[in-house]
Amino acid sequence: MNIPYRPFALAAISLALSAVVFQRAQAGGGHYYPPVSEPVVKEECGACHLPFAPAMLPAKSWQSMMGDLKNHFGDDASLDAATADRITRYLVANAGDSAGQRYSGKLLAGVTAGNAPLRITELPKWVREHRKVPDWEWKHKDVGTKANCLACHTDAARGYYDE
Amino acid sequence: MNLKITASVLALSLTLATACFAGPREDLLGRYAAEAKAADPAFAGLSAARGETLHKKKFAGGKPDTPSCTSCHGSDPRSAGRSPTGKTIEPVAISVTPTRYTDSAKVEKWFKRNCNEVLGRECTPGEKGDWLSYVMSR
Repeated sequence: MNIPYRPFALAAISLALSAVVFQRAQAGGGHYYPPVSEPVVKEECGACHLPFAPAMLPAKSWQSMMGDLKNHFGDDASLDAATADRITRYLVANAGDSAGQRYSGKLLAGVTAGNAPLRITELPKWVREHRKVPDWEWKHKDVGTKANCLACHTDAARGYYDE
Repeated sequence: MNLKITASVLALSLTLATACFAGPREDLLGRYAAEAKAADPAFAGLSAARGETLHKKKFAGGKPDTPSCTSCHGSDPRSAGRSPTGKTIEPVAISVTPTRYTDSAKVEKWFKRNCNEVLGRECTPGEKGDWLSYVMSR
């Protein structure tokens, strides 16, 4: 019997290729951090900057940050106690080392409660991922600060931080 | 005679309507004016012109990178501003952003933060009222 090998071989190759592509798409999923869904958090944090995804920092970082809003990276971001408390609870519940864990594993690599930074841009993984961005690009008038994720990651508001 | 009554009833109802429809902004202005008067009996009323001066003045007491309201809000109150993080700030003039200043807690929150950053202290009720009068007139 004459078995037609060619179609099978082609099918196998295309399957293998799509598997690779699919895996890459999933790897892209590794650059996904669920955006803030709580309306008060969105409103208050988002008033000044992109409301950063709670999965990007461990609970400890969020707690220290929310404990000193009057000195928020050099700015006065003070809030009334009830609002601050509500925001803290959301951030802690969805932090990178609690419910947000399955999204943040790689970003929090090497980060422990003891050395957790307050700046997302100081996480070792963040630094490594952005090492090729030249200085002048950070200083560009449309970027201005490393906290301006949206300048390059146009889909960051929806949680996607692919290149 | 009838006409006179109609006119006065109309005038009365209009006055009442205006009083009833005085929105949260007017309440806020009234509060600032009363507080200013309480602090200084010679206080003669809020002034949009003083508010404009305050808006454009350069202060030395606050943060060096934000010496003035205009550092972030821009010099034209009808144009959008830009926060240091690159976020667009809606124009402060209510003619362009009519939803502004209707939530007194929000107004107070921003006065507290921004006065601390620009002036290095909290603003007085008179300053807040002047500034609010200014952006409400634009």
